[in-house]
Amino acid sequence: MSDAGAASAPAGNGAGARWEPVIGLEIHVQLATATKMFCGCALSFGEPPNTHTCPVCLGLPGSLPVANARAVHFGLMIGLALGSELAPRSIFHRKNYFYPDLPKGYQISQYDEPLCRGGTLGEVRIHRVHLEEDAAKLVHFGESGRIHGSEQSVVDFNRGGTPLAEIVTEPDLRTAEQAGEWLRLLRTTLRALGVSDVNMEEGSLRCDANISLRPAGSDTLGVKTELKNMNSFRFIERGIKAEIERQRALLDGGGQVVQETLHFDPTTRSASGAPGAISSLRSKEEAHDYRYFPEPDLLPVAIDEQMLADARATMSELPSDRAERLRRELSLSAESAQLLAFRSELADYFEAALAAGADPAPPAQALANWVGGDLSSRLGEGEDPADSRVQPRALAALVGLVAAKTISVGAARQVLDKLVADGGEPAAIVESEGLAAIGGGDELAAIVAAALAANADAAERVRSGNEKAIGPIIGAVMRETKGRADGGEVTRLVHEQLGI
Amino acid sequence: MIDREEVLHVAQLARLALSEDEIEPIARELSAVLDHIAKIGELSLDDVAPTSHVVELTGALRPDEPRPCLPREVALAQAPAVGGEGFLVPSPQA
Amino acid sequence: MSGDILELSAAQAIAAVQARELGAAELFAFYRERASRDAGADGEGLNCFTWVADGAPEDVDGPLAGVPLAVKDLFCTRDVPSQSGSRILEGYLPPYTATAVERLTGAGAALLAKTNQDEFAMGSSTENSAFGPTLNPWDRARVPGGSSGGSAAAVAAGLAPWALGTDTGGSIRQPAALCGIVGLKPTYGSVSRYGMIAFASSLDQAGPLTRDVTDAALLLGQMVGRDACDATSLQFPEPIEPPSAERLEGVRLGVPVELRGDVSDAGIEPGVRDAFERALALAEGLGATVVEVELPHAPHALSAYYVLAPSEASSNLARFDGVRYGFRAEDATDLLDMYTRTRHDGFGPEVKRRIMLGTYALSSGYYDAYYGRAQRVRTKLAEDFRTAFEAVDLILTPTSPGVAFGLGEKTADPWAMYLSDYFTVPMSLAGIPAISIPCGLSTDHAGSGPNDDGLPVGLQIAGPAFSENRLLDAAFAFEQALGFNEGAARV
Repeated sequence: MSDAGAASAPAGNGAGARWEPVIGLEIHVQLATATKMFCGCALSFGEPPNTHTCPVCLGLPGSLPVANARAVHFGLMIGLALGSELAPRSIFHRKNYFYPDLPKGYQISQYDEPLCRGGTLGEVRIHRVHLEEDAAKLVHFGESGRIHGSEQSVVDFNRGGTPLAEIVTEPDLRTAEQAGEWLRLLRTTLRALGVSDVNMEEGSLRCDANISLRPAGSDTLGVKTELKNMNSFRFIERGIKAEIERQRALLDGGGQVVQETLHFDPTTRSASGAPGAISSLRSKEEAHDYRYFPEPDLLPVAIDEQMLADARATMSELPSDRAERLRRELSLSAESAQLLAFRSELADYFEAALAAGADPAPPAQALANWVGGDLSSRLGEGEDPADSRVQPRALAALVGLVAAKTISVGAARQVLDKLVADGGEPAAIVESEGLAAIGGGDELAAIVAAALAANADAAERVRSGNEKAIGPIIGAVMRETKGRADGGEVTRLVHEQLGI
Repeated sequence: MIDREEVLHVAQLARLALSEDEIEPIARELSAVLDHIAKIGELSLDDVAPTSHVVELTGALRPDEPRPCLPREVALAQAPAVGGEGFLVPSPQA
Repeated sequence: MSGDILELSAAQAIAAVQARELGAAELFAFYRERASRDAGADGEGLNCFTWVADGAPEDVDGPLAGVPLAVKDLFCTRDVPSQSGSRILEGYLPPYTATAVERLTGAGAALLAKTNQDEFAMGSSTENSAFGPTLNPWDRARVPGGSSGGSAAAVAAGLAPWALGTDTGGSIRQPAALCGIVGLKPTYGSVSRYGMIAFASSLDQAGPLTRDVTDAALLLGQMVGRDACDATSLQFPEPIEPPSAERLEGVRLGVPVELRGDVSDAGIEPGVRDAFERALALAEGLGATVVEVELPHAPHALSAYYVLAPSEASSNLARFDGVRYGFRAEDATDLLDMYTRTRHDGFGPEVKRRIMLGTYALSSGYYDAYYGRAQRVRTKLAEDFRTAFEAVDLILTPTSPGVAFGLGEKTADPWAMYLSDYFTVPMSLAGIPAISIPCGLSTDHAGSGPNDDGLPVGLQIAGPAFSENRLLDAAFAFEQALGFNEGAARV
């Protein structure tokens, strides 16, 4: 588990000690409203092409946009969650350019008066959040669909007009892993808000990265490139890594980084053999001149008390707030609290286990350690414990048993393996597998004595002060007891029998 | 006031083809109009707010309720070229 | 009844239909026949129409009692050609109808025809149409004005009892003046723009072109009001009333010094100035006080307008790209070729000029000097009007500096054509309502007009936002007193 939110550049940032990467992210989130941003067409999820259109989202002559109140509401929730400043008055602008997936020849977006400015999430500052409409979909037509020497494409306007929130960060990130981890935090946060499905595979969460390098220790910014087309968390990290490497090699060789838009292709390999090649998006036109001007067909959005109250009311607890609460109420360590809260399925499971009423009750920190550690690692990356065979109550009971020293940690791990595989009740498994701890009493004392006798050299070294030599003795006891002995108790008995 | 190169640049932005013998006349016409328009440069307008919206209201937001969509045949009825279930166009240079 | 039918204003026709003295079907057939005759006249007609209905609609019920209505081409009318006078929308049949038109047909008006216009409403003469120019019924060698020239000519010629037009910088008022009829541009936001093929979004407004002020009030009353499909539309604060004022007792009228004769850049024709002065004298005779007011930024209005309108237009017309509807150039070699040739071949020269102008004014490096500045001029002009309206109730100007000019007379110099809107543009920028009524004839152009007694001159009356009722009342009082024969040019 990487250290989420490391502000200092960790070693191994991929750029060598000479250069410091500076990374900012630009995220587009499709909002989970019922209808499009500027018309009443229902959002489409894989419907047949061109069945979710109307005069407005087709850009028919004479049509006019009308803004979706719920999209604004979701935008405010995002702003509140990020601690942004909400503009009392914001306006829409037209961003003018020609492309077949843009029916009006302009996109309605926001420019210098966006809905939200500033804010933070984790260790990263937010630059702005604004609302805009999505473009339509362009797909290649036919296998060898060449007509008059040109290839053909087909436009499907179902997606055109879907509401988007664009979130732009400040360039506060320093490594690809940090970027990936932060993006996961953003996703969890947005999912907790309920404003989007935030599914990268389906396209409801898209992320571009702005990347530059600067001499380590400098505080000016280098020339940045924009990296697009990374549609999974893995590709984002790989892409950013690859671009950092590309820039490093360029700068080390005395070259200059050119400001441009780059395309990441994960299916190919770079010259150095690393997976994922960076290529320049062949720009047939020079830098776009979008000729922004205020959208005359829409009124400014003014936020009133009612809108703010509505936005606050629908917000559930956010990951950062949840982490804070877990620390405060349950005295969890900061790392544990964050680890659970930033992956809401873990925190949900943890809290369910805690509330399950197991007897003996598990201590909160111990339970947190088991949920975030042993349980998670057995289930695999990204798996939701609620989907596993391990009932929250069962895990709580298991941890309670360990805390009560009824079973050893080692034995508990064996029980957990069984729970993961077959489900069930810890107490029953302990019984049937004979995993009950061997506590104090003659049985254990006899086994310890036997182990000391069998490891006389080690015993002698321990007696003369070399505590490290106790290892083989403990090991022998554990083997004999099949891990059921409590390690602390064994150590105590060893010392007692050695007279130290 | 607007030269040949600017005319070509603007025409490209506006996706308007211009034949060679159209460039000069349009440059002249636009220059003449721009000369008249330059009149607004005479005024002192530094502390004046621009009118970005004539109607001095805000909001006019729409409830998030679905309305009927056009049937596909209607959406495609006016299309100059149709491919499968969509609007057929020459591919952008990718 | 046929001679009588032609004499009836729309209001009178409604009364006749409601009194069962006249059948709605008979009324429609009468005008349909006249319109078709003109449209099918093989170059001998006025060329007012781009489409004429085959027959009357089924049941027409409501306050407008089936009176036929001609509608400017740029209003989308479901399954009826709507091209905004442009080749680039050749054959385009919208799948929906503009709200303004729906409200009127919903109130009982019957769609008679679509009228000719300058392409995308850009022009002051209706010479920029892909359908060819419309002729002025007062003198067929002259233009009817524009861009709503087809609507104005149709009403003046008695080919339609009334018509719908749009006004962006004067496109209802100026043709009304040049054709000797009434034309009104309402307060911006009063009438829904949904379904109006856009020219300049912050300026376009639909409005009536009619024989008299009463008809204008009647038509406007059915069109105003908030539309959920147009975010910039407003609820009109009071119902539009039929006008009834006979005098102007206590009304304070302002004449802007900047828009008077020799001072203005426009150069008013003597005949226009004389008719205007006579109207001022008449106003005083009706009990009004006439004073001078100042609109310091009015001389800059035309310049600001010719930045703002083309800028918005350049963006509004970007959707005409050959992808989803309308004209597409053939045999395109690639996407860029398709775009550029479609738009080159589909748009006329004036439209292309304005798209270029607008694109330039919005482009990087020029925005502040042009668009940004023009928006600030707009703010100052609105302030000028607000200040003036503290001293007066209504403002008077000639509608246009000249009377109807000859076909081809101003096509060589764009700015000469633009000057035609010198007096109408300030009200458009300020978003305030204004009406043009005929106030006399000008004999500047010897031997012109149906009876050689001259060509019509328009009087423009403007008021503060939402002052339509007071505007209509004042216009009515003038109209009664002037006794202008608006039927002189009927065919």
